[in-house]
Amino acid sequence: MMQEGLDDGPDFLSEEDRGPRAVNVDLQTDATLQVDISDALSERDKVKFTVHTKSTLPNFKQNEFSVVRQHEEFIWLHDSFVENEEYAGYIIPPAPPRPDFDASREKLQKLGEGEGSMTKEEFTKMKQELEAEYLAIFKKTVAMHEVFLCRVAAHPVLRKDLNFHVFLEYNQDLSVRGKNKKERLEDFFKNVVKSADGVLVAGVKDVDDFFEHEKTFLLEYHNRVKEASAKSDRKIRSHKNAADDINRIASTLYTLGTQDSTDLCKFFLKVSELFEKTRKIEARVAADEDLKLADLLKYYLRESQAAKDLLYRRGRALVDYENANKALDKARAKNKDVLQAETTQQVCCQKFEKISESAKQELIDFKTRRVAAFRKNLVELAELELKHAKGNLQLLQSCLGVLKGDT
Amino acid sequence: MSCMRRFCHETQSHDSLHSCMCRRSVALLLLKMSEERDPAALSGSAQTEGEEDLFVSAMESPEAARLSAEDISPSSNGPRDDDPDDPDDLFAEATEEVSLDSPERQPILSDGPSPAITPVTISPRVDVFDRSPDLDEDEEENRDTFDIQISVSDPEKVGDGMNAYMVYKVMTKTSLSIFSRDEVCVKRRFSDFLGLHSKLASKYMHMGYIVPPAPEKSIVGMTKVKVGKEDLSSVEFVEKRRSALERYLLRTVKHPALLKDPDVLQFLESSELPRAVSTQALSGAGILRMVNKAADAVNKMTIKMNESDAWFEEKQQQFENLDVQLRKLHASVESLVCHRKELSVNTASFAKSAAMLGNSEDHTALSRALSQLAEVEEKIDQLHQDQSYADFYLISELLGDYVRLITAVKGVFDQRMKAWAKWQDAQVMLQRKREAEAKLQYASKPDKLQQATDEIREEIEEWEGKVQQGERDFEQISKNIRREVGRFEKDRVKDFRVVIIKYLESLVHTQQQLIKYWEAFLPEAKAIA
Repeated sequence: MMQEGLDDGPDFLSEEDRGPRAVNVDLQTDATLQVDISDALSERDKVKFTVHTKSTLPNFKQNEFSVVRQHEEFIWLHDSFVENEEYAGYIIPPAPPRPDFDASREKLQKLGEGEGSMTKEEFTKMKQELEAEYLAIFKKTVAMHEVFLCRVAAHPVLRKDLNFHVFLEYNQDLSVRGKNKKERLEDFFKNVVKSADGVLVAGVKDVDDFFEHEKTFLLEYHNRVKEASAKSDRKIRSHKNAADDINRIASTLYTLGTQDSTDLCKFFLKVSELFEKTRKIEARVAADEDLKLADLLKYYLRESQAAKDLLYRRGRALVDYENANKALDKARAKNKDVLQAETTQQVCCQKFEKISESAKQELIDFKTRRVAAFRKNLVELAELELKHAKGNLQLLQSCLGVLKGDT
Repeated sequence: MSCMRRFCHETQSHDSLHSCMCRRSVALLLLKMSEERDPAALSGSAQTEGEEDLFVSAMESPEAARLSAEDISPSSNGPRDDDPDDPDDLFAEATEEVSLDSPERQPILSDGPSPAITPVTISPRVDVFDRSPDLDEDEEENRDTFDIQISVSDPEKVGDGMNAYMVYKVMTKTSLSIFSRDEVCVKRRFSDFLGLHSKLASKYMHMGYIVPPAPEKSIVGMTKVKVGKEDLSSVEFVEKRRSALERYLLRTVKHPALLKDPDVLQFLESSELPRAVSTQALSGAGILRMVNKAADAVNKMTIKMNESDAWFEEKQQQFENLDVQLRKLHASVESLVCHRKELSVNTASFAKSAAMLGNSEDHTALSRALSQLAEVEEKIDQLHQDQSYADFYLISELLGDYVRLITAVKGVFDQRMKAWAKWQDAQVMLQRKREAEAKLQYASKPDKLQQATDEIREEIEEWEGKVQQGERDFEQISKNIRREVGRFEKDRVKDFRVVIIKYLESLVHTQQQLIKYWEAFLPEAKAIA
């Protein structure tokens, strides 16, 4: 349906750079592997992303190459990380949400059906708006997929993952199908078991202060972010509704201006023009708030969940370790299968310690990333709000000047 | 209908073929039903108004409004009764014409005390009546300086339960001599305002004067107030009504003829006003109103007027278009008010959640920044709320007023159509009488011939007079309408201009505040380390 390049995207992503939302902590690894989504195509029911890689790493055949990937392949990659025991000690970058154009498509369809009931101008206007909305959603989904890839590329361990390299390089279809019903059902049960287990594991008091604190903190933080994210969505929706109203007002004023026989006609036309412009600015304000604030909150909702998952895995490993210890003591007491119990205990111990070590670093990095991202976005939000308010003000004042001067 | 056989007051004839729905008979019928005396709701009722004594004093005022004698004379054909005590006779001796615009007129301000209950931070009162020294091309008049200030304030609840009602203080400050004092304060309730409008409409609309419509009734709103709910919505309702009543009075006195009307003077000045129960929907008069409305609708469909004057056709079309667009605009603005209120609520709730997030954030600088963000959002929510009030009180109410005003304007055009119809009907009658006379020539009985001839001659004279009167009335109403429309349009231009500029200024203020808040926040965000 629509083909969009991202070269004109600067006003959507941060103004200076189109880098990943999460700021890289370790800048040295940047040059060796750079990933981005250079192009995207939206078709009837799927989006095709062109993943572009630049790398000096020896395991790639070329230095620069591109492949086309779909959303399911991203999910496959994410899941492969989650299922990999080796990565139990890392915060797995959250999977990008599925591209959802349903709402926008529905609106466009409704508009098409209602074409007869409105004037040509109104129709064109609304069509333009809906197309702009579609475009915005499109850009967003592209950005979110890109962020995921960049996070993986920035992670010292994950970037070496074989599946990741296949994902980046293999220029044929990965033949990853979406999960069928049976698999989805399995997933569902797995999640149920996991949450129940999570509760159990969380109940275990941790000796380590750092992790204990993190546990409490993350739980509360995750909930608060969830709420803030929901509230900010609602706020932005109201803002968009108000902007739509101003749009309709501008149209009606225009009609009034063309019909009026008194001096008011010029007046109405000028005000109509003003409202057209201010409405565009209001819509931009809502869009920017969406980007800088709402998306930020949504992202950290997902990442805080991923961090919670890490803590769960560590907790699980701790419980396993403690159980193994108990089993070992029992075995020693009975003097039966001692060697086996010892091996199990060793394995559990190693696993737990490995996870603990990397988890600590991961959580510290998480905090750093979070603070940096919030800072960046809040600053940009404030700057954009200022820019738009000043723009609005200037329009209003100049219009007022003209109108007052007329009388 | 019984009027088919009886003497019909409207056309002053016995003719049974008269096709107009005779309201007088219905009225008399209904009057017997209801025990309330209700003079004004009926068009020129046979009953005298109880307050006529009070009008005597007003009659003595030298500056009583005068209308052209051609308009109203006791012998005119009209729905009015030939009642010598009818206060409308006040204008019988009138000779001067009423001017619409006087160069020396001063602004009519509503400057009274702030209403007792007001959630509005931006003043809802608008100086709608800006002065510009333009003269009406048709008329000029030498007038003394003309100023009057009216305010409606201090709503008070009287009684309780379902019989409760709100009483408003109406204060008039003026230097005009038609008023007995410089400053008058009276207490009025909503039905008093409706009663006033009803009287004015019955007196002036058929002459082509655009009588400003009264604010609308609201059963839901009033019930909440009666029941005693002190919540925000009933407070807002009372404030909305107070403001609407004030605008109504200001518009009414702005009309030069209405200002001098004894009913208006009485309303503004006398401490006791007889209760206008006729305004209740279920009273005899209320039912009569509904009958009238139906009759009007039918008549409108059946009268096919030959419009000789293109100006009227053009104007009617313009008002039709204006009506459609204003209604659309009004609906959009109401939607905007609603969404902005929603935005304000959602911003406040987001602010709270941001504060909570800031609390749970363990990085100190970020936590502080988030709390600051929460504060900014809270201030912005207040800003949105204020803006929505401005949206409402400035624009939405103005549009609502004008939608109702345009209905009154259309009504006035309809009155002209009726006047034309009456004139045509009189011509038809005259023609019939003449034919009857001609037929008499061939009548048989010679002894009765003379008497019959005399009778018919009398009737012919009568109808000739009526035809002339009808033509005069029609011409007068046409003239009045032209003048009224000119005045109306001027006022409309002024009103809209003033209000829109005020509204834009409120938007400017909002943006300036936004800039202030975000500029204060930016360094906090940058300070996150």
